[in-house]
Amino acid sequence: MTDNAKQRPEFRNINAFNDLPTYRLPPAGWVSILHRVSGALMFVLLPFIIWLFDKSVSSEISFAKFKAAYNGGIGWYPGWFISLVTLALIWAYLHHLIAGLRHLYMDATHSVSKEFGRSSAIFTLVSSIGLTVLLGAKLFGLY
Amino acid sequence: MTDKIGSKRLVVGAHFGLRDWMAQRLTAALMALFTLLVLAQIIFSRGEIGYDMWAGIFSPQWMKALTFTLFLALTYHVWVGMRDIWMDYIKPVGLRLALHLFTIVWLLSCLGWAVQVLWRF
Repeated sequence: MTDNAKQRPEFRNINAFNDLPTYRLPPAGWVSILHRVSGALMFVLLPFIIWLFDKSVSSEISFAKFKAAYNGGIGWYPGWFISLVTLALIWAYLHHLIAGLRHLYMDATHSVSKEFGRSSAIFTLVSSIGLTVLLGAKLFGLY
Repeated sequence: MTDKIGSKRLVVGAHFGLRDWMAQRLTAALMALFTLLVLAQIIFSRGEIGYDMWAGIFSPQWMKALTFTLFLALTYHVWVGMRDIWMDYIKPVGLRLALHLFTIVWLLSCLGWAVQVLWRF
């Protein structure tokens, strides 16, 4: 081991409040942790997703209820809140899908260079957020 | 790692092998293709996007069968992914086992509901 390697800071007991905000992740690191976050979010909201599927396909009456949830809200939840949760799900799905396709592409082609890792990570972040903004504008009725 | 195998086996560890890794990717590919299929049906259908068009996509028996398979793939995919998360961040074995159990209950309950929805309309 070289002297340089020995002097690197070693984190044995990471403090979430002190160490994580100052830890600068490379783009591929952001894609990686957001892949987890988006997956966990969809896991937690899975009953809501199935509820949406249920209401949207079951009957014309339930479809009307499904649409009304986004306008007038449902139960205690106002329409804007349902829209916001849906927007989070749209982002989670897009990020998880694009980051997953990046994984599959890398597995299939063995394109694991440092430069490709960086450029594909930036592509993943930009395209998933860009598509989320586009679909979010539609969701909130901007066009 | 090696000292955990033997009389003190790791009881809530990963399956150290190719199977889950491969299953994660195959189910992912299946879900990506399914997304394309549904998206294509929306894009190439004529008329207003309403109940008739949306429910029409899922009403043929072959589509219900395919969607059912997709639910199974999703369940397995989420199980592997969530188990990875618990294994990375939750160290106490009892708590980890409890979370694994919760994940299974959560996923199978959702699966049952989704299957019911699929063949009810």
